[in-house]
Amino acid sequence: MFMAEPRVIDFRTAVIEALADAMRTDRNVVVIGEDVGAAGGVFKQTEGLFAEFGAHRVIDTPISESGAFGMAVGAAMAGLRPVFEVMFGDFMTLVMDQLVNQAAKVRYMSNGAACVPLVLRTTMGVGAGLGPQHSQGFAAWAAHVPGLKIAIPSCPEDAKGLFAAAIADDDPVLVFEDRALYASRGPVPPGRHVVPLGVAVTRRPGRDLTIVAIGRMVGIALDAAGKLAEEGIEAEVIDPRTIVPLDVSTILASVRRTSRALVLDAAPRRFGVTAEIAAVIQEQAFDWLDAPVGRLGAADVPVPVAHSLEQLIIPDVATVVAAARDLVRGNGE
Amino acid sequence: MTEQQEKSWKFLESMLLMRRFEEAVAQLSVQKEFAGHFHLYIGQEATGAAAMAALESRDHVATTHRNHGHLVARGADPGAALAEILGRETGLCGGRGGTLHLTDPSLGFLSTSAVVGGAISLAVGGGYACKQRRDGSITAAFFGDGALEEGIAFEALNLASLWQLPVVFICENNSQDAWGVAKGGFPTLVHAAGDLRSIPGAVGIPAQRVDGTDTDDVHNAVARAVARARDGGGPSFIEAMTRRWAGSAPLWPELSTGVTDLRMATGEVPIEPGPHHDWYARHDPVLRLARTLLATRGDAAGRLRTLDRAITARIEAARQFAVDSPRAAAAAALDHVFA
Repeated sequence: MFMAEPRVIDFRTAVIEALADAMRTDRNVVVIGEDVGAAGGVFKQTEGLFAEFGAHRVIDTPISESGAFGMAVGAAMAGLRPVFEVMFGDFMTLVMDQLVNQAAKVRYMSNGAACVPLVLRTTMGVGAGLGPQHSQGFAAWAAHVPGLKIAIPSCPEDAKGLFAAAIADDDPVLVFEDRALYASRGPVPPGRHVVPLGVAVTRRPGRDLTIVAIGRMVGIALDAAGKLAEEGIEAEVIDPRTIVPLDVSTILASVRRTSRALVLDAAPRRFGVTAEIAAVIQEQAFDWLDAPVGRLGAADVPVPVAHSLEQLIIPDVATVVAAARDLVRGNGE
Repeated sequence: MTEQQEKSWKFLESMLLMRRFEEAVAQLSVQKEFAGHFHLYIGQEATGAAAMAALESRDHVATTHRNHGHLVARGADPGAALAEILGRETGLCGGRGGTLHLTDPSLGFLSTSAVVGGAISLAVGGGYACKQRRDGSITAAFFGDGALEEGIAFEALNLASLWQLPVVFICENNSQDAWGVAKGGFPTLVHAAGDLRSIPGAVGIPAQRVDGTDTDDVHNAVARAVARARDGGGPSFIEAMTRRWAGSAPLWPELSTGVTDLRMATGEVPIEPGPHHDWYARHDPVLRLARTLLATRGDAAGRLRTLDRAITARIEAARQFAVDSPRAAAAAALDHVFA
């Protein structure tokens, strides 16, 4: 039977498709942020939306993250479905009060009578020489706050599908986009495509070790798995896609088969996403484990600008391969 | 009876409802029916009653920690509101929000923010949604002078002006008596800008000061601002100069002056000499409006007695309902984090 080649587009275009589709379907969906309008986003991540939907629904804000995000939260309470962009994840600090004390708590505080159907999208990513105030992703901070859902897509198809799910969700959803992935290309279904929040995907099957990887680390994990296979180690790679809700059962089912787990994140390791996932594995799959759960994340330092320093602070394929090898062969003991 | 007088009686009814409600709150606190700090609106009722009367049911309202009066004046059930403060299952929010977060979305309330500057930004969001809907609805924000001390207030005012959003900012300045300072408590009115109107003024929002203890003054100003916002004329700012009640000065509010005896307005009961004499004689908005109405023809004194008796009975029933209601059930503690 003839099969058409799947359509391949980049990550950033996939997100724009999801936004445009939602805006065509629901006039309550609006995009709010700095330079999201005629400029099309500083990373071209809202390109074309202003031309199609106009200044009425694609709104450029002043450099007032706190006030503008508070406005978006209030608008969501009043019936709109805003997609609010924080240009750099680092600027999440400026919206934290409205995110933590308003958006996250409204449904609970009102006993379910009010809700905040809002998406906060932000960019992050070490590796572009942007330094300490333009590289961070605060997903772990947000994950500590009850009431916020958090998606971290690793590929164009999921970027589109997770955005569609986030916009349709009646609770605040944060989407962290790693700028290192913006130019990455992959097959993406045309038309509406939804990836439900809270459903992990197994990117590669394997019997010797489970690698749980977040966001950009999924690609690193797959490259590492390829190298490990050359040594006879078969790594299973799991992409949780959302860290809240976390698809615990998929992770545990894998670990119960492989008996070893390595968790990867590009954000600082200490008190981070890897710590939570490792704890869940040890609490619920302890009897199946043949080795302590391994964790790799960024070094606990601010992100330096110089490339020669910057590349040292996050795990690369070689460090993942070494850590996986140690877990399987027991070299670390 | 003129139409104006009937309007004033409506205001007084709303104000008395707030007053008796909050006296009940203070008594329930003394009786240890609930724990925790709370903030009373006593002394500011004229602003709440008159401003709410200028709004329609389709409008949105944002308020802060000092919200009891706003909720009751807008029509929230006093029993459910008291039950909320007591942490009861029958409360407006099932006991999850409490005194700081009383809300009722069915009455157009956005979430009630106890981080005070945030309420201003939420109201701007409400205004933005109203403008998107193009249905003539508007959003009113109620906040104290303290809310303007937070940076987000400036950002939110700027956005409202920039996009000419239909928002009426009602700043209830309750610091002019500086009771807190007088009693060695918290400092109040710590703005370098001596005139708060200069803050919205800096971003081009017309700002007006009114006597917050005078229902007509408040109502006229708010009604004009609301009409302007509905017509696409953009935001307005009203600084209502209210007179803080002495019992709100301590960290824990107390009925230091007892339950308001309306006979102080009729003259049947003298106003005690002492530190509160001036407030009762000149600034208590309830007594002030009562005196105005007592000066009109007809049996105003009889009508006042009847009104107060009915409201007192209504609040007593609300109190009984709240006290008799079951405490929020443990089984529900984990509900409503997400949809």
